[in-house]
Amino acid sequence: MKVAVCARESHINSPVDQRFGRCPYFVVVDVDSGDWEGLPNTGCHSGGGAGIQTAQLLVNAGVKAVLVDRIGPNAMEVLARAGIQVYEGISGTVSQSVEAYRQGHLKLLSQPNSPRHSRRGRS
Amino acid sequence: MLVAVASGKGGTGKTTLASSLALVAAEKGKVIFLDCDVEEPNGHIMLKPRWEKKEAVRVPVPEINQEKCTFCGRCAEICAFHALVVLPQEVLLFPTMCHGCGGCWHLCPAGAISPGWREIGLVEEGSSEGIGFVRGRLNVGEAISPPLIEAVKERCRPGELNILDAPPGTSCPVIRTVKGADFCLLVTEPTPFGLHDLELACEMVASLGVPCGVVVNRSDGDDRLIRQFCQQNNLPLLLQLPHDREVARGYARGIPAVKVRPEWKEYFAALLSFIEEGGCTGARTGGAQREGRHGQDYRLRESGRTGSR
Amino acid sequence: MLADCDVDAANLYLLLDPVVKSASPFYGLKKATINKEKCLGCNLCLHLCRYDAIRPGFVVDPVLCEGCALCYHACPCGAVEMVDHVAGHLFHSETRYGPLVHARLGIAEDNSGKLVAAVRKEARRLAEEEKKELIITDGPPGIGCPVISCLSGTDLVLVVTEPTFSGKHDLERVLDLAEHFGCRAAVCVNKWDLEPENTRAVESLCNRRRVPVVGHLPYDESAVEAVKRGRPVILECSRTMEKGILALWDQLKVLLN
Repeated sequence: MKVAVCARESHINSPVDQRFGRCPYFVVVDVDSGDWEGLPNTGCHSGGGAGIQTAQLLVNAGVKAVLVDRIGPNAMEVLARAGIQVYEGISGTVSQSVEAYRQGHLKLLSQPNSPRHSRRGRS
Repeated sequence: MLVAVASGKGGTGKTTLASSLALVAAEKGKVIFLDCDVEEPNGHIMLKPRWEKKEAVRVPVPEINQEKCTFCGRCAEICAFHALVVLPQEVLLFPTMCHGCGGCWHLCPAGAISPGWREIGLVEEGSSEGIGFVRGRLNVGEAISPPLIEAVKERCRPGELNILDAPPGTSCPVIRTVKGADFCLLVTEPTPFGLHDLELACEMVASLGVPCGVVVNRSDGDDRLIRQFCQQNNLPLLLQLPHDREVARGYARGIPAVKVRPEWKEYFAALLSFIEEGGCTGARTGGAQREGRHGQDYRLRESGRTGSR
Repeated sequence: MLADCDVDAANLYLLLDPVVKSASPFYGLKKATINKEKCLGCNLCLHLCRYDAIRPGFVVDPVLCEGCALCYHACPCGAVEMVDHVAGHLFHSETRYGPLVHARLGIAEDNSGKLVAAVRKEARRLAEEEKKELIITDGPPGIGCPVISCLSGTDLVLVVTEPTFSGKHDLERVLDLAEHFGCRAAVCVNKWDLEPENTRAVESLCNRRRVPVVGHLPYDESAVEAVKRGRPVILECSRTMEKGILALWDQLKVLLN
């Protein structure tokens, strides 16, 4: 089963990133085998709707769960509808976060824990 | 005739000027006040119109036929505003992100998307003491106001004096309001802030090719900063409204300036004449700086008819 | 750490007399241009564009183009290119009071929400780097996209209002917005003594909505004078004004802890 973690760098020992839509990378970890790969977040440079675009990226990548610090309502809605589980409370590095997830220390989120972010628009 | 009242920032006195101008103009002819500050419409507080009708303003938004959809992901890929997400068995739409460009319904390979409609706000119409009144009101949480501003502007009546109360700033909503106006009044304060915002506003109006003139609000008689700027840029300095605590109190209670100070009426009347009688052409060609009469009591300067005509 | 998010009319720097240390371009959404050598003049883009941004002769009006790229995708000859577009600049400055991030958006640019996000992001990055605990953000007016951008993820929104009908009206809309986005709000009434009755109305409105009123600043000529000279009010104002501002700050400190 594949789990994505918000990260600052494209590496299993990277520090985690507090943001979801605007984190530069995800590290996608296969929790069964321990294999991992870095996934650049193409959504992080977008003007608005970064969370939505990032959620689409993870849907397309076929992950089953995402480990986050903060996540907004739009992204949360996409992930929930796609059946991707969202866990909050990551800290330290990607590998530490995955370990916390394995041991059940992270909290399953059913609601977004961060207010809506910038919404671009002609205004 | 379309006269826009704008300023580089909020709180300079746009609504004070626009509402008094409308009241004075209504004594002479037909006038309509259009509140284009759809995020924070305020003109009604001064003019207290009786509402006669309202209409919802709608913008196009995709409607997805989930039966025809093949979930290919093309729409989400081309949507520049990230309003669409394609899941394995569902397409999600975030309507407030949508700009209604139509990309998705034109480009969907399965023909599964068609244009639908979504409400973003209201246009309300009424009248007050012979002044026609129109305002737009954006729904809270909506980010895209220009279609609503366009809907307000559609209510302009040709042959009458249309006063457009613009939103503050120099961004898109202001541009939409001022674009196509015959004249733009820029309201400012005699402070470094006022000057800075005036510079930006002038640049904006110039980019639209709309002639403009400057009105100083809350003047204490020492407006060198603004006067110098106007001289350097060949802009007519049309009116200096003095700093007046009673007018400020009137504003607080929703009473227009010319009702607090009826003696100010003649200055607004002179301002109107200037705009109506070719003030526009004068300003557009950078006409001579108009040094008018200096009102002794109120330190008002008015353009008068001593200009280049 | 200071951040001026009123990017349409950034004013904070006028008062704080900053030294600009670096400037970087800010890119908006790419806009369309039409390569005339490839264009066959089929008019398809002209018909499709909802913003009337394509003028006869196949010239794109950069003010009207929203960057949706429909023409780019639809053009049968591949004649439309989407090109980078500098929408403004982001500045990092130093002031006597601390570092300041500010921005200037080009005239007629509509990316202010995104630029606000960029200013805030830069401010947050610098605050972490320079170990600053408090970021004061000067927000834009209104309730639109730039304000929404500005509210997200803040610990406290201080709403400044006046005891006027329009002030109260705008206050309600901003409080609605803050509530809509789940932000904690507090209110400061500026020029409260101008119309004490309206000030009481604002207070009861806040009371009803359970929003604390944390400050009352008087209508004060010395404040007007200070602003006229381009100086921060607290440095050159009357004793009453100074007291008001200090009391406001004390209240804010309580709320922030």
